[in-house]
Amino acid sequence: MDSKSAIELAAAVRSGDISATAVAEEKLANIAARDSEIAAFVRVLDEEALAAAASADERIAAGENPGPLAGVPVALKDNLCTRGIPTTCCSRILEGWKPPYEATVVSRLREAGAVVVGKTNLDEFAMGSSTENSAFGTTRNPHDLSRVPGGSSGGSAAAVAAGFAPLALGSDTGGSIRQPAALCGVVGVKPTYGRVSRYGLIAFASSLDQIGPFAASVADAAVLLEVIGGHDPADSTSIPEAMPNLSECLGRGVEGMRIGVVDELSDGVSPDVARRVSEAADALADGGAEVEEVSVPAAKFGLSAYYLIAPAEASSNLARYDGVRYGMRAEATNAVDMNIATRTAGFGEEVKRRIMLGTFALSAGYYDAYYGKALKMRTLIIRDFDLAYERFDALISPTSPTVAFEIGSRTEDPLEMYLSDVCTVPSSLAGHPAMSVPFGSGNAGDASESNLPVGVQVLAPALGEEAMFQVGAFLESVAPPMTAGAEKAGAGEAGRGKAGTVKAGES
Amino acid sequence: MSSPPSSSLLPVGWEAVLGLEVHAELLTETKLFSASPNRFGGEPNTHIDPVSLGLPGTLPVINRHAVKLAIRVGLALNCDVRPSTFARKNYFYPDMPKNYQISQYEDPINADGFLELPSGKRIGIVRAHLEEDTGKSIHVGGGGRIHEAGYSLIDYNRAGVPLIEIVSAPDLRSSDEAKEYVAELRAILVAIGASDGKMEEGSLRVDANISVRRVGEELGVRCEVKNVNSLRSLGRAIDYEARRQAKLLEEGGEVSQETRHWDEDDAKTHSLRSKEGETDYRYFLEPDLVPLVPDPEWIEEIRAALPALPAERRRRLADQASGSNEADLPSIAAIVGRDQDELALSAVSAGAAPDLVFKHILNNLAEGTGKLDASAFAQLLKAEAAGEISASQAKTILADLVAKGGSAAEAIAARTSDATDTGELEALLDDLIAQHSDEWQRFCEGEQKLQGFFVGQIMKATKGQADGQATAKLLAQRKG
Repeated sequence: MDSKSAIELAAAVRSGDISATAVAEEKLANIAARDSEIAAFVRVLDEEALAAAASADERIAAGENPGPLAGVPVALKDNLCTRGIPTTCCSRILEGWKPPYEATVVSRLREAGAVVVGKTNLDEFAMGSSTENSAFGTTRNPHDLSRVPGGSSGGSAAAVAAGFAPLALGSDTGGSIRQPAALCGVVGVKPTYGRVSRYGLIAFASSLDQIGPFAASVADAAVLLEVIGGHDPADSTSIPEAMPNLSECLGRGVEGMRIGVVDELSDGVSPDVARRVSEAADALADGGAEVEEVSVPAAKFGLSAYYLIAPAEASSNLARYDGVRYGMRAEATNAVDMNIATRTAGFGEEVKRRIMLGTFALSAGYYDAYYGKALKMRTLIIRDFDLAYERFDALISPTSPTVAFEIGSRTEDPLEMYLSDVCTVPSSLAGHPAMSVPFGSGNAGDASESNLPVGVQVLAPALGEEAMFQVGAFLESVAPPMTAGAEKAGAGEAGRGKAGTVKAGES
Repeated sequence: MSSPPSSSLLPVGWEAVLGLEVHAELLTETKLFSASPNRFGGEPNTHIDPVSLGLPGTLPVINRHAVKLAIRVGLALNCDVRPSTFARKNYFYPDMPKNYQISQYEDPINADGFLELPSGKRIGIVRAHLEEDTGKSIHVGGGGRIHEAGYSLIDYNRAGVPLIEIVSAPDLRSSDEAKEYVAELRAILVAIGASDGKMEEGSLRVDANISVRRVGEELGVRCEVKNVNSLRSLGRAIDYEARRQAKLLEEGGEVSQETRHWDEDDAKTHSLRSKEGETDYRYFLEPDLVPLVPDPEWIEEIRAALPALPAERRRRLADQASGSNEADLPSIAAIVGRDQDELALSAVSAGAAPDLVFKHILNNLAEGTGKLDASAFAQLLKAEAAGEISASQAKTILADLVAKGGSAAEAIAARTSDATDTGELEALLDDLIAQHSDEWQRFCEGEQKLQGFFVGQIMKATKGQADGQATAKLLAQRKG
């Protein structure tokens, strides 16, 4: 069953070949047996999952339409609100808080018949690129337990890579879906800003946050995005356009498409990753696309603009965690001291660092030099992407400059950690869709012989998901196999992006 | 000049320069960004929802009716109604659920208007923008003061209630003018249905920016005075603060820019925080909301549906009543203020004398018009003018009409029937003729003006209840 895609599972459940309950039981047993070493989940929802599966089975038995994801297990990043179920953002400050409402995406999953199996680990408040900033432990990369799964949606990426669930939801602010997808060898999609409702996603940086799917295949990711996307009146930034039928775009190939390889996003990229991107470009050309290098000059400002804008918004978004209404409270003799004590004890180091950065960037006398300037850079980035999209239907680049790195190797140097996002932040700032598709493996370039997944990023203009999925599906179809000991010729079909088949700990 | 300033005036040569910031709660069904009811009072923390509590993951959605009311306010204050944006004003306070307030900063929905005072003076309106209200803290123990309280309770019923903040230009020059401005603004807000204007419930709140200068000189340093909860406190606070500043400057001191708190008990302002101590609000565009760009056609629809505003109503009433001695500016303003101008206009156009109309409305209808019908009012005043009833009778009958309604003729008949008993009147007249035989003789010989004397005497004897017409008839009969 592990090898079944979400689409196959849904079909099998719908046709009665297998019950949703049996699927849920097996996934839950798998999680119970193997998640102790990976730590993808911070909370496994056995009872709720079995109840949801039973309800899907009942709908099928009653002859009702059980929905497109009937009986399909889904893992949720723990910054998505689930009614009555603790939602923590992996922060001490929200420990024990149970939302009295649920996120729009969670409602849509439920209506589609999906079975939520658990809440996954993340960097506290989605601030990080390795999932090491979680208050509840570090998630390990299923491909190599000594390495990070990426972040901040590392738990969701690892859950799909480990085969705990064929689908997962994450959130992407500057690369938090795409980078862990690349590092874990799965598909990860950040939709156009506004495509998926943010209602019920606990905010990190509101102008950048976007919920998106993780899946073992592009087709599965398309189905999940079709379910969660589309207008929601509860989110004022939700776009009115109807969700396109992405599944229809997948087999179209790339013949005649114009695809650019972004020059600015290849700086500082490790040789193995660069080689995979170049192979991907060749494959697209072989498939009939016009492939050219393209310059998006302002993309090089992405990281600096991002690390001003995102912390600035975060400093305001996270102000509400003050111990007054919910979550943790540290006792003190007056309100101000209580606020300070609560926030001091409740937030981790990285969150505090970003609150301070953001507060500073917005302060009187510094606003123009920092936040104001970052907004101008953001405008330039949008302009330069727009110019590129006058000539290209989609762009490609590495997703992450490196493959998965060792746990602990970047924790001492925040700036080095921030560099993990260099390829993903420009499209976040532009609000454009982008996805990571597994494309073979690469060497970590360190002393180890590890061969680890490489992701190629496909970028598209706003509302350009159809072209993006078209290119993504093509790349998936021509991707080199993800094998242990890369470049061992003929290593065969083992997995190819279906990381669920890779045994945890294998390296 | 060593004499201290008088109790209400500044020293000679000084003037106050005042600008007011008025916050009015908008009369919507629901809150500015969520579906909880916008209602005063209620059990604490019952008018709440995930959005107004700022729970993690919630998002604001703008209330269209609040926008409509804000546009009405803008149009009524002659503002430019413009595309606008929302911003976050960041500061920590326990009764503010998100620890930021969603407000409008760089691009308010309304800007550059004016308000015309009853005196005709125009006061500039810098802006009138939308923002959300905070909850309320209740400090328990220690006399309700935060620093001495044993503990504090928070009621979030008010959190997220829509406010319009109306900022005047520093065009006001005295406490009376400031009070006149607030009264006029309140009348406008009530007239257009934007606010109930209740200062005592806090649905209308005023902060005063106060500075003084020697007449003709540059603007002085201002202080912002908070916690004025009535028109009376506003006047007192301004007078106190302006005198304090003038005295300080006369003595060679300097006014420091600060926020001050009006204390009703000791009738003084006290420094709350200096400019340096002001919070840096770190405003930035609210990323959870998109720009507000009202359709110009919608704005025109709202403009077309605006009711007549107080200034226009005062003008209309003044035009109709021109020539009346009673129709001075304060009287006209009072009648419009009481919403009784329609009554006055219809009575005048039905032929009632403007003097009588004004006199009765001002003196006898202060408590409201009750069941009084406009045409009954006009008929009553015409009867009074024709001498068919006395002024005193008219007042009594007017009170009847307010209480019971009905036509003037019926009400007059009800009050005059017992006093028109001819036998009673004849007996009265017999007594009068006996007492004033000389006058009676002259009346019978044709001195017609003495009719008034006898009518007056009868009215006096009947405490005004005799029917004037019947009395006149009787006098004519007896004269022979």
